[in-house]
Amino acid sequence: MASVTVLKPLFNLCSRERSVKMNIVVCVKQVPGTTEVKMNKETNTIIREGVESIINPFDTYAVEEGLRIREKMGGKVTVLSMGIPSVAELLRSTISLGVDDAVLLSDRAFAGADTLATAYALSMGIKKIGNTDLVICGKQATDGDTAQVGPSLAEKLGWPHTTYVRKIEEITGDHIRCERMTEDGYEVIEMPLPAVITVVKEINEPRLPSLKNMMRAKKAVISVWTADDVGADKNLCGLKGSPTQVVSTFVPEHEIKSEMIEGNAAEQAKKLADKLLSMRFPICR
Amino acid sequence: MASIRIITEKCYGCRLCAGTCPFGAISIIDKKAVIQDNCTLCGACVSSCKFNAIEFIRDETSEAADLSQYKGVWVFGEQKDGEIAGVVPELLGEGRKLADQLNVKLAAVLLGEDMEAAAKKLISYGADEVYLVDHPSLKRFNDESYADILTQLITRYKPEIVLMGATTYGRSLGPRVASRLNTGLTADCTKLEIDREKRLLLQTRPAFGGNLMATIICPDHRPQMATVRPKVMKAAEPDPARIGEVIRPDVVIPENVKVKVVDVVTTLCEKVNLTEADIIVSGGRGLGDPKNFALIQELADVLGGAVGASRAVVDAGWVDYSHQVGQTGKTVGPKVYFACGISGAVQHLVGMSSSDTIIAINKDPEAPIFKVATIGIVGDVLEVLPALISEFKKRLG
Repeated sequence: MASVTVLKPLFNLCSRERSVKMNIVVCVKQVPGTTEVKMNKETNTIIREGVESIINPFDTYAVEEGLRIREKMGGKVTVLSMGIPSVAELLRSTISLGVDDAVLLSDRAFAGADTLATAYALSMGIKKIGNTDLVICGKQATDGDTAQVGPSLAEKLGWPHTTYVRKIEEITGDHIRCERMTEDGYEVIEMPLPAVITVVKEINEPRLPSLKNMMRAKKAVISVWTADDVGADKNLCGLKGSPTQVVSTFVPEHEIKSEMIEGNAAEQAKKLADKLLSMRFPICR
Repeated sequence: MASIRIITEKCYGCRLCAGTCPFGAISIIDKKAVIQDNCTLCGACVSSCKFNAIEFIRDETSEAADLSQYKGVWVFGEQKDGEIAGVVPELLGEGRKLADQLNVKLAAVLLGEDMEAAAKKLISYGADEVYLVDHPSLKRFNDESYADILTQLITRYKPEIVLMGATTYGRSLGPRVASRLNTGLTADCTKLEIDREKRLLLQTRPAFGGNLMATIICPDHRPQMATVRPKVMKAAEPDPARIGEVIRPDVVIPENVKVKVVDVVTTLCEKVNLTEADIIVSGGRGLGDPKNFALIQELADVLGGAVGASRAVVDAGWVDYSHQVGQTGKTVGPKVYFACGISGAVQHLVGMSSSDTIIAINKDPEAPIFKVATIGIVGDVLEVLPALISEFKKRLG
């Protein structure tokens, strides 16, 4: 495979082509930094106010991958999120990593969204940003753990998608070839751009903020768009646009009675083997 | 039923709506917008029109009546290389219970090439009907073509419930299909029940890394879709004498599919699939040194299990990421899970706490791993593991 950096000057010559510079949108989510959970009893939605928040850890790999593609090919990385106004400050932290632009979709109409309504709102944001070649999401968020927004968003945009991407083998102005992790290995998948990918942790190691970008982040203006700004139909946003409803939540009980095995190593091993073999557990040699 | 139409007197043919439509379902014909049959009534075009020329009627009350058209429980018969995925018999076992409570049929959907034998197998596991789409282009799982065909089938046959495994494929296909149908999808369910009075599927799933359980319903949209975590539901017992019907529905096989699966690679080190393994032996930093990780492999080999690892040792480069168990790795639920020298950070626990039997070996009696362990051994893994290996070697011949 020819190095992309070598090809770049050639592509720049034929500027009538859709620019080979990549316009990348990275979707990020604010998640609680702690495992403590507070619920609004009336609406049965999670109270996000008043809990320390971080960017979903998986999304940091998505941001990093966006930056790496831009460094190779040129272009622009825009971070997009949906949430309460204070999320804007979290987005600022991505600018200190090198992101060019940050957009927050924030509106009462977006509140209480499930994955479908979230995907719809994000798709409207991406349409307004315009000329996007690639959307990158983390494989899932650490609060909901659904992994649904990426594929659902791709569908709303009408673009192809690949989940669990662990490596981008090749990316050009019009297609991407990547490796998707599966249960027993991986698949190599090729798609035309624009497309959506969701990435796993293995894909890269996120960088630290640079001093220069931290200065830039301080002054950066984070765009905040409402449902009207992106032309979203409010019936499809937030609680209203969410087919699923949480009817009850509960903290699971851990009723585990541990049995401790005493003795020296050899005695412990013998007792454990007795126990496991008497359980007839499936030893499949 | 909701309806959408262009008020032609107001339409100027400006094309704004056509550009907004996520489905490419609006064409401009004779300078007027025309909504095509592939419109999904998502309503995205309505607000794009500067002339209020699109009328969208969302009839809430009649929608409720509409739901009664949807009948039956479906299971997506995930396959790889013609082999039915391990989660499918579990889905059929659970689906059978739901279908019996609702007094409807249980059907499986099977896409692939030369799948007749697999279809029979699905019947033996409890499916009353198998919707079989046999085509060379469907040999391998492909998000685009599979989503397309599954959507066609759901739209035509209208099942009220669709279940898929919360596997790599299921978690990718499910949201794509649910999004196209504009219906609800609940991820990674660990419990399914029926509210018979309201005829609703109660879907319970863990969130916040297992610290919170939520029960979710999808009251006004059909089908009610859920992905189900593997190794949680009880698999149906196969009965080769069971009788069922294999239906070969007439579907449009998508051409010019954009997503191309160039290669499928099974990595050797994962000969035993972690998410499907009955026994997993996992190692953590308590092993002290990367070379001691060989003990984990050895015990796994003796027991015929798979090798897992904590995030700490994966990050330290002792073992490949594909072995990582936990929130940032894989979620597993084997019959027996050995945690050797793993302290049990919450991120690790959420990935393995649904295992049937958890055996913790750690020298720190206060380690959080003992809180979830069925059997605990306080001791040095470097002494206990060799003892266990020789004990099992002796017993198992």
